[in-house]
Amino acid sequence: MSTDLRFDQIRLPPECEKLRVELRAFIAEEVAAGTFAPDRPGHGDTHNPAFSKRVGAKGWIGVTWPKQYGGHERSFLERYVVTEEFRVVNAPVRLHFVADRQSGPILLKYAPEHIKQDILPRICRGELCFVIGMSEPGSGSDLFAVKTKATKVEGGWRINGTKIWTSNAHIADYMLALFRTAPATKENRRHGLTQFLVDMKSPGIAVNPIYQMTGQHDFNEVVFDDAFVPDDHVLGEIDGAWKQATSELAYERSGPERFLETFYVLAELVRALGPDPDLRSAEGLGRLVAQLHTLRRMSISVAGMLQAGKEPVVEASIVKDVGTLWEQKLPERVRDLSAFLEQQESNRVTLDEQIAFATKVAPKLTIQGGTTEILRGIIARGLGLR
Amino acid sequence: MVTESDPIVAETAARIFADLADPQTINRAGDERWKEPLWRALSEAGLTLAWVPENLGGAGASLNDGFAILAAAGRFAAPVPLAETLLAGWLLARAGLAAPAGAMTVAPVRPRDRILLNPDGSLNGRVSGIPFAKDSKHIAVVATDDSGTSIALVKTGDCRVSDGDNLAGDAANTVIFERAKPIASARAPAGFDPSALLLMGAAVRSVQIAGALETILSLSVRYANERVAFERPIGKFQAIQQNLARLAGEAAAALAAAGSAADTIAQAIAFDDTVLLEAASAKIRAGEAATEGAGIAHQVHGAIGFTKEHVLHRFTLRLLSWRDDFGHESYWAATLGELIARRGANNFWPLLASR
Repeated sequence: MSTDLRFDQIRLPPECEKLRVELRAFIAEEVAAGTFAPDRPGHGDTHNPAFSKRVGAKGWIGVTWPKQYGGHERSFLERYVVTEEFRVVNAPVRLHFVADRQSGPILLKYAPEHIKQDILPRICRGELCFVIGMSEPGSGSDLFAVKTKATKVEGGWRINGTKIWTSNAHIADYMLALFRTAPATKENRRHGLTQFLVDMKSPGIAVNPIYQMTGQHDFNEVVFDDAFVPDDHVLGEIDGAWKQATSELAYERSGPERFLETFYVLAELVRALGPDPDLRSAEGLGRLVAQLHTLRRMSISVAGMLQAGKEPVVEASIVKDVGTLWEQKLPERVRDLSAFLEQQESNRVTLDEQIAFATKVAPKLTIQGGTTEILRGIIARGLGLR
Repeated sequence: MVTESDPIVAETAARIFADLADPQTINRAGDERWKEPLWRALSEAGLTLAWVPENLGGAGASLNDGFAILAAAGRFAAPVPLAETLLAGWLLARAGLAAPAGAMTVAPVRPRDRILLNPDGSLNGRVSGIPFAKDSKHIAVVATDDSGTSIALVKTGDCRVSDGDNLAGDAANTVIFERAKPIASARAPAGFDPSALLLMGAAVRSVQIAGALETILSLSVRYANERVAFERPIGKFQAIQQNLARLAGEAAAALAAAGSAADTIAQAIAFDDTVLLEAASAKIRAGEAATEGAGIAHQVHGAIGFTKEHVLHRFTLRLLSWRDDFGHESYWAATLGELIARRGANNFWPLLASR
């Protein structure tokens, strides 16, 4: 517990820049072929099986994982470059992104060998979609209130209960889920939860869509009615999942996806302002650029420290806290800065559409993956306040 | 040139400040007698001329070492012209000029101020907000004429120096050059113009701001854990915790941005678009963090933080003052925004992702 914050200076090594060139060439080809349009974030599929397979074939999924499981044994900084280059162009990475970011690393750490051999290479080929089974109707920020029950039976576990807000469950192959295997104890309310790998094609699992205020369908309710999960699908310690969560969270919280989700409105604003903006627009743009640049340097620093084997848990939480607030406010700032633009600007319609879409997306940005309030509690604990 | 920083240099600086510039002791002192031993120790350790090569009379430390010294100085917010003397030595060395002993400052420090080099080699101009001019024996100056940029060393006594101070009460003077004769001058190297001093100064102030923010974070957390209200330490209240987490976020942003700018400048071969992105971003973001962070620290401390007796103001008022030196956040924001607009949308992300 300390107020010492650390942001090592990370200079991206030459292999990152080489990789970036390859990524941009690949993206240019995909855009030219009509796979997706960087300036149309609200259109088209955010998950695209054929695209994910092409990304996998390039070696850009499981970038850091061991080669024996289909990975590429490259650095976290190279993975960082892959993530940011896809994110700034709104590439449809949804299908493989969660598996690549967090499910795969958890399986690497806790799954039995034969499961790793089976599943990880398929993730790397871009064939599998993973979802996160944490939230429940009665358990959101308060994760330890999870009620969905796993009951021990011959050869495995019977699952009963409901997960909610499960992004991509309707297209998912697997869920990494948190189920209750024992009641919490008086001494430790975090006790009694176990992490499971769930095959979403198993009988007894129903996925019901929940439509969002953006008009998109991403969320789902997932109902387990006596679904069976075999013993070898238990990940880590029974009743002790709470011990497993912390270090992975640093990766999940600090990546470029935590501040680039609405980036397109800023790029489009630059296009709309043209080469010679008025003073007000220039100043407004400059501040946003400075804030974004700072977030990126913070985030790269955390990636570099993770690569070096450090555990910048507080710094990672700060990146998400500051980053998600920034990407949430960005559409409003761009709306203000574009208020005096001529209506006949060639990209005015595109910009207005983008602002409208980003404005509707904005409220979720400080909720998904841990709310601002929860993150700040974690930061406060790290500072020695709790 | 060595680009990595040597931890011993930063540790030496931190130890000297801890021994001779303890904020509580200075705050209680009724006079300025503490200044002389502090300056002597800094000077004897070679820290004041860290950025001056050995052949020009300095310690020949790396740029990163100098920035590490300034981070330590920022954490103590010591009101001596260390940053200014480092900058002056660095500036003089650009033109191969030797650095004199003693405290120095630099000019100009505001974007629209200009000093003109007359045909007879003397200087004319009026520059404002020069930090510690009253306390410095010499001023290192960037001057321009029709044929380009020159760097000159001027005795402060050969200029007119007005009274004035910044928010924290440190000297910040208007300096008037009226056919002032430099004691040394030379042409600046190719590619060096008045904006280079502003960029370097912006990085320097950002590093100091980040250091002072680290201190007010630690002061505020300690206070919140000690101060009891409603029968518990106020740090147990979620409202206070959320504010302190925000303060940590601001300190983190300033640290990362300032560190990145310093590291970029330490490696740069020219003051190009990348340096402008880095130094401008650092000054903008550190300035914003100073505003937000100082406000939160005061809110957490309540009335005691508003007293002269408490050390908090030593940090918050300098944080707020430093925002004004070497370009206000708005100046750099406009400059950076113009750069991005000029480069166009297609070159926007490639510039951001260039490092």
